[in-house]
Amino acid sequence: MSAAAPAFEAIGVTRTYRMDGVSVHALRGVDLRIDPGELVAIIGPSGSGKSTLMNVLGCLDRPTEGTVRVDGHDVSRLSDTELARLRNRTIGFVFQSFQLLQRTTAVDNVALPLVYRGVRRPERKRMAREALEAVGLGHRLQHRPSQLSGGEQQRVAIARALVGGPRVLLADEPTGNLDTGTSEDVMGIIERLNVELGVAVVLVTHEASVAAHARRQVAVRDGLIEHDSGPPS
Amino acid sequence: MRAAEAFRVALDALRANRLRSLLTMIGVIIGVWAVVVLVAIGQGAREEVESEVAGLGANLIFVVPGEVSAIGAAPATSPLQLDDVDLLGRVTGNRQSVAVLVSSGASVRAGSGEVFATVSGTNENTPLVFDREVARGEYFRGTDVDTRRRVAVLGSTVAQTLFPGVEPLGRQVTVNGVRFRVIGVFADQGTTFGVDRNLEVHVPVTTAQRLFDVRRVDALAVKAPSTEGIEDLQERIVDTLEARYEGQTFSAVTQTQILGTVGRILNLLTLILAAIAGISLLVGGVGVSNIMLVSVRERTREIGLRKALGARQRDVLLQFLTEAVLLTTIGGVLGIGLGVGTALLVERYSPLPASVVWWSPVLAFAVSVGVGVFFGVAPARRAGRLDPVVALRTE
Repeated sequence: MSAAAPAFEAIGVTRTYRMDGVSVHALRGVDLRIDPGELVAIIGPSGSGKSTLMNVLGCLDRPTEGTVRVDGHDVSRLSDTELARLRNRTIGFVFQSFQLLQRTTAVDNVALPLVYRGVRRPERKRMAREALEAVGLGHRLQHRPSQLSGGEQQRVAIARALVGGPRVLLADEPTGNLDTGTSEDVMGIIERLNVELGVAVVLVTHEASVAAHARRQVAVRDGLIEHDSGPPS
Repeated sequence: MRAAEAFRVALDALRANRLRSLLTMIGVIIGVWAVVVLVAIGQGAREEVESEVAGLGANLIFVVPGEVSAIGAAPATSPLQLDDVDLLGRVTGNRQSVAVLVSSGASVRAGSGEVFATVSGTNENTPLVFDREVARGEYFRGTDVDTRRRVAVLGSTVAQTLFPGVEPLGRQVTVNGVRFRVIGVFADQGTTFGVDRNLEVHVPVTTAQRLFDVRRVDALAVKAPSTEGIEDLQERIVDTLEARYEGQTFSAVTQTQILGTVGRILNLLTLILAAIAGISLLVGGVGVSNIMLVSVRERTREIGLRKALGARQRDVLLQFLTEAVLLTTIGGVLGIGLGVGTALLVERYSPLPASVVWWSPVLAFAVSVGVGVFFGVAPARRAGRLDPVVALRTE
């Protein structure tokens, strides 16, 4: 899509689950726009709906009502296959628990999204190596996750999120399993990638120190946006 | 995702659970093994019987009373008489081409030796009609039949059992208390299904009728001059006999017709054996299905991750289907190897015949791939349909 399209746009988004016959309103009408290149923190207590919001923005989940546009694509109009393609090419994910394949080397973990893009193996390896070098892990290519520290594992995950050249990065509690010093390292890398590559970053966190890295902060509570420090004009 | 990639991932997954993969494969291995071995035995039986029937020659016609669709279906009481030999001799124009048979199992003794054998009453034309070779001595002649002589030609096993290390020619054997003088010994006929075919004694048909107290003969056999016009000859034989015995039916069948019937029966046998073996293959397949469901459950988080990174439903489906098919294919190849090996051992070291035909390993291979697809598709679809949000949350 055109560079002018917002990275994310949510209009009147609700998400209702049925759990054991009871309706749970995780999102109750969210309007949110995030522009290309922004670094936004979504903050809120657990159960506030911030994870659901991230899943909906990341095309892992569909809204019950309302419209979600990712890089200009109306998600509700896309088939499952087209959604998979959008996740593969446009969005990069970083998870709290790293989500690395344990039996797989760092370089093959990073190359995984490219498998689903049909990139050939030598080219995949080359791109994965470059991505790992960009996060300072050029010397850990053949290590498996169990041979890496927590900070290193999360850096592998960041390399995996970025290897395909996404327009947006969704990070769900990226420092939740890391100590303070390592957290700062990881946040430094995310900020640098945001600035250097112009990738929009959406950071879901409940830690104020992590949220402080973002120029814009969106507070979510009870499925609604309670406060937005700097909505785009 | 490319097929090569799916193959690599599947191989990795199987390697990560070596013991489990092997145990699952054993079910498939046993199933395929059983298919290959049992089909080989069925085929071996078919080939052995066919070569035996074929050995009789294409221009041999068996004449039996009744409607015959398969061999050995003659009615209890045969109307055929000994002088039908002359009758059919006139039909063929050569009396020497007509043999006769009346037979019964009996105990044959000599001194303290005793052996149970098939005692056949025949005529002097038998060696020519049935291509039987007398190794020592000679077969009886027409005059022996006419005068009801008590002479006998022994199968090689009968001779060896009753006269170990002794020349049997000129000696006496006793059948049902009647003494016979041994005038010949047949050449070795070998075995069929491990059954010795040399446990037989031929005596003149006239002597046999008195011995068994019967007037009829069981069957006649005619050697046609050539296979040309053999159908016409069969027809004339039946017409002639049915003209003589009004109200009775007769059948004249050739070796080719018997081969067709026997072939159908033995094909059915092979098919039944294959089906029985197929059941164990099916059980192996259920094992594969079961272990694939476990594998999907164990790797729910991995599936969620792959979907988040852009795997489509069919990518995940392909990955797990490949894993199931790889499992059964490797099992299938091992099963074929073991099966072919077993069949060769059976052929060499057991009385059972076994013959590996090209299509049974090919079929077994195709079936094991098919079993992988069939039993892998349900777990693979389950994997493909997993909701990534739920899958990623799984511990």
